[in-house]
Amino acid sequence: MSAMPGEKAVIDRERLNDLISILNRQGYTVIGPTMGEGAILYDVVTGIGDLPAGWGDEEEGGRYRPVRRSDQALFGYSKPAQGLKGHLHPARQRLFAAERAGNGFRVLKDEGKAPRYAFLGARACELAAMRVQDKVFDNGAYRDPHYFAKRDDAFIALVTCAQAGGTCFCASMNSGPDATEGFDLKLAELGSTFLIEAGSERGAAILAQLSPRPATDADRQAGVAQIAKARQQSRSMVEGVGPMMAARLEHPHWDEVAKRCMTCGNCTMVCPTCFCTTVEDVTDLAGNNAERWRKWDSCFSVDYSYIHGGAVRSQGAARYRQWITHKLSHWVSQFGVSGCVGCGRCITWCPVGIDITAEAKALGG
Amino acid sequence: MARTRPRLGVFKFSSCDGCQLSLLDCELELLAVTEAVEIAYFLEATRKDMKGPFDITLVEGSVTTPHEAELIHKVRKSTGTLITIGACATSGGIQALKNFKDVKDFIDKVYAHPEYIETLATATPIADHVTVDFELRGCPINKHQLLEVINATLNGRKPVVPKHSECIECKSRGTVCVMVAKGEACLGPVTQAGCGGLCPASHRGCFGCFGPMETPNTAALSERLKALGSAPRDIHRLFQTFNANAPAFRQQAESLEDRV
Ligand code: SF4
Ligand code: SF4
Ligand code: SF4
Repeated sequence: MSAMPGEKAVIDRERLNDLISILNRQGYTVIGPTMGEGAILYDVVTGIGDLPAGWGDEEEGGRYRPVRRSDQALFGYSKPAQGLKGHLHPARQRLFAAERAGNGFRVLKDEGKAPRYAFLGARACELAAMRVQDKVFDNGAYRDPHYFAKRDDAFIALVTCAQAGGTCFCASMNSGPDATEGFDLKLAELGSTFLIEAGSERGAAILAQLSPRPATDADRQAGVAQIAKARQQSRSMVEGVGPMMAARLEHPHWDEVAKRCMTCGNCTMVCPTCFCTTVEDVTDLAGNNAERWRKWDSCFSVDYSYIHGGAVRSQGAARYRQWITHKLSHWVSQFGVSGCVGCGRCITWCPVGIDITAEAKALGG
Repeated sequence: MARTRPRLGVFKFSSCDGCQLSLLDCELELLAVTEAVEIAYFLEATRKDMKGPFDITLVEGSVTTPHEAELIHKVRKSTGTLITIGACATSGGIQALKNFKDVKDFIDKVYAHPEYIETLATATPIADHVTVDFELRGCPINKHQLLEVINATLNGRKPVVPKHSECIECKSRGTVCVMVAKGEACLGPVTQAGCGGLCPASHRGCFGCFGPMETPNTAALSERLKALGSAPRDIHRLFQTFNANAPAFRQQAESLEDRV
């Protein structure tokens, strides 16, 4: 069968091994879910054996537990602990190195080659987050070379969710659990088979090598039912949250959240769209060699809002407000999209379980 | 252009020596340090006992005896930049646990001849006694941060030593949160970064070796630990270790006192 973009086919689950080897042969490092230390994490995968067969997850505000499933599903969890941000926009990135030359300095040529990534099992919300970051790192006038060196060529084999996690609310953010574009392949796990379709030519070329057979009506219906199930989510974002937030910049609730918020920054670190960085220069003791590094930063740190004379946002209330209003409101004016895709990671991984949907509701009330 | 080598002094007050050792631990970088500065006083490394003045002085340890309370003023007078290193020097250290008890009582119980013991009722950080130019946290300090502080001081720039939470280091290195994923009691959210996330990476909660972070909400953390099942006395103990005398940790422990 020749696979046309958009046309649904079925492959056996063992074919994922072929998919991974084909991608490897094409020079991709395949990143997929693995059962890590205490949580499902993205890491290099070389075959089905590396995937978290039979593992699911339980998530609530401030709580995560991997749990055994009653079946051997490979993608039976909601989402890995940290998303794919760390691969495209790493926590530490060297921008350049330089050495002293006379009275000035010389920038050294960067010999490093960006890895070529294929993301197997990316969720709809994660793809949505990448597309948000695409806008951040390319504003038309400036295109961040470090991000796009990895992003431009990244191969995306999306796997839609069979069920939402306890903190997911993508349905109300229109960013999941299904995706209609932006992937090379889209899969849905149906027992021992996968419903699969190509979203690009290179995806179609690979799909043709996976012994696909045409999907039956029953396969298609199972796929539709699965998405409908994943759409049932216990959390949702309040309607019209952007304008609402913008009108609540002064509100007693900010002090109330600040009593609970530890300004620890976990929410920004795990958020797949948060992009803020700080730049650090390091020198050797003699001052002959220097490097400039870009590191993840958080609007919850005091230095983040430091301008000469002091930090603008010295209070926790101001920092929480900055974070949530940027995500849900100002991001839209800045980048034309919401800064939140509803993945729920900030809720799960907040050590005290502060819930962006609940805080938005409390502010809207 | 050749610089005249600044003179470095390393002084020890009440402490375990672990932080000074971090300087010796610098190994290869230590050679570069000795090229960049003249180590003029460092008893742990050399018996050369040279007199001040010093351009840069590293001070380890807390002020715990009357002698130390005098000596620190002499050190301050003889030095340009004074940098304190470690939990003892920056908050009082583990020995500051005596600040919460009757010291005379201890001495009577422990020593056969209490009259020979000359000690203050408290162990206090250096900054309680003299002006300090930079405080480097940690129990022990991180050698990379130490090099950064020396480096920045020599090159006349501000050291890159973040004061945000330990959580940011955990997430940056990809460590799974032990509190969220295992329910472990962890001081990470209220503790300053610097260790690189050692304990959580070894699947244990943070002990708070680097002291309170810039804006520690210890009350919120205590509430959460209680909800996770920690008894007030365990939470009290968690805040009363190497940085027990740091104001944020001390106050949080005190607020739990009646329930211990
Ligand atoms: S703000 Fe929270 S729910 Fe929204 S994308 Fe970021 S981590 Fe996910
Ligand atoms: S937020 Fe939506 S797309 Fe993301 S893991 Fe949850 S259900 Fe799946
Ligand atoms: S909302 Fe939660 S994760 Fe975010 S800074 Fe506050 S306490 Fe930390």
